Amino acid sequence: MKLPFGGPKRREKKGRPRSLNEPPLVRGLLTAAALVFILLFLLLPLGIVFAKALAEGWGMYSRSVFEPYALRAIRLTVLTTLIVVPLNLLFGIAAAWAVSKFDFRGKNLLVTAIDLPFSVSPVISGMLFVLLFGAQGLFGPWLLERDIKIVFALPGIVLATLFVTSPLVARELIPLMRSQGSEEEEMAVTLGASGLQTFLKVSIPKMKWGLFYGVILCSARSIGEFGAVSVVSGHIRGLTTTVPLHVEMLYNEYQFTAAFAVASLLTMLALVTLVLKGLIEWRASLRGEGK
Amino acid sequence: MSGRRGVLPGFGLAMGFTLWYLGLLLLIPVGALVLKAATVDPEKFAATITSSRTLAAFRLSFGAALVAACINGVFGLLLAWVLERYDFPLKRLVDGLVDLPFALPTAVAGIALTTLYAGNGWVGRHLAVLGIEVAYTPLGVVAALTFVGLPFVVRTVQPVLRDLPAAIEEASASLGAGRLQTFFRLIFPELLPAAVTGFTLAFARGLGEYGSVIFISGNMPMKTEITPLLIMIKLEEYDYAGATAIALVFLAISFAILLVINALSLRSAHPVRRG
Repeated sequence: MKLPFGGPKRREKKGRPRSLNEPPLVRGLLTAAALVFILLFLLLPLGIVFAKALAEGWGMYSRSVFEPYALRAIRLTVLTTLIVVPLNLLFGIAAAWAVSKFDFRGKNLLVTAIDLPFSVSPVISGMLFVLLFGAQGLFGPWLLERDIKIVFALPGIVLATLFVTSPLVARELIPLMRSQGSEEEEMAVTLGASGLQTFLKVSIPKMKWGLFYGVILCSARSIGEFGAVSVVSGHIRGLTTTVPLHVEMLYNEYQFTAAFAVASLLTMLALVTLVLKGLIEWRASLRGEGK
Repeated sequence: MSGRRGVLPGFGLAMGFTLWYLGLLLLIPVGALVLKAATVDPEKFAATITSSRTLAAFRLSFGAALVAACINGVFGLLLAWVLERYDFPLKRLVDGLVDLPFALPTAVAGIALTTLYAGNGWVGRHLAVLGIEVAYTPLGVVAALTFVGLPFVVRTVQPVLRDLPAAIEEASASLGAGRLQTFFRLIFPELLPAAVTGFTLAFARGLGEYGSVIFISGNMPMKTEITPLLIMIKLEEYDYAGATAIALVFLAISFAILLVINALSLRSAHPVRRG
């Protein structure tokens, strides 16, 4: 199952014929109901983040955001994202290339396996790594003897985030590559280009918007991942707390203003993600790229 | 090189890297889960699964995810319809905003919804007057899951609605059918398979959801404790066997339900032939 993120939008022609449209009153009521739903579930949650973040003024806001533990959390999140996104980008490209350019037995199984992390609860995803590397896990005693820390440390956080975000780039690229076909690549190879040349000069430019969008989705999810990281982090303040975990700890300590201040950073990032998504779709529709 | 593979290079490299990566990241951890489950004492396994606390968590997780997916089914169809068919100010902005639950970290959604729907919150205050409590009740779990599942039905139905040939509606109108009749007899059956797909995705997402729920649910055992949280608690108590048992059964039931929904929706799908 692939999520059809609405492609290039065709604008509805103004003035549908009367017989194909609803009476104005019905239209108004339906629109109002839809907008109330949007207000209750999207706009108000968005608004309350900023309202609560600034409830005690800008001074408190900047103190909460630039406080040392918050900065450490930001550093950990950035570090994790910088490790996770390039790895999953490579994986996404390789998986999409294998799946959409070639035929082989067991392809459906492979696609299912690529998608698997999406159908597993983040908590269970994190748990997998606790079972492997936790104190009573499979490799726990072995790691303990050698004083190697995976769970409750950076490697565990990276592994859990990798697992949860691994399908994102592949999922963006597979349908894109399939819809684009490989005629240009075949032509390039037939004309004597090497494999690497073909890939860099033909394939990458063809899929660059899909690639870009996959990276954005993967980054957004890495930065925001909560459940899986929560299991493997151990919540050691300043050491293993990513930004979302920092928000959770502040909130549970009733430091609501600080929690919402840090949360507002994540919210702004989410809004930037949505704007970038809109821009990419717009560019893609202009260029007639299959996305 | 076999004929099927064509002239393109890189199959070995791409496939090799993909399998190596999936093996390390997916196969070994999942293997550890299965191995762990196999070594759990069967009596302990059964006792954990049938304990009233676990059963209550299962009931809440599946029930709340189902209710939230139904809400999203109805409002998702409505939103897709309004966004595709009608014009109103800032429509593009609203359309873009529908993806917010995909982009907003779940923990942020959790604290925002809790503050909003708590008894003294912007919305909760008014609901309290009506005697409705949302935060720290199962209703709160439903609200959080409605938020995280909101984009799915909208985004699966929108493209189908956009590509629906105007001809079938014209034919229906010229044969004397009213709008309501046209909608329920013609348009709705066309949208149904996409809506079911969206419903399934929202349901699946809701089952596993953790971050947005744990703040608003209040996490009272037997009452508002979802299954992922119970797994988390078992892990924190170093009860790996208990956590594994619950996780495995939870995954098995989830996959079984999703398979059934998929099978049913395949059978019911009978789209009108497009010219």
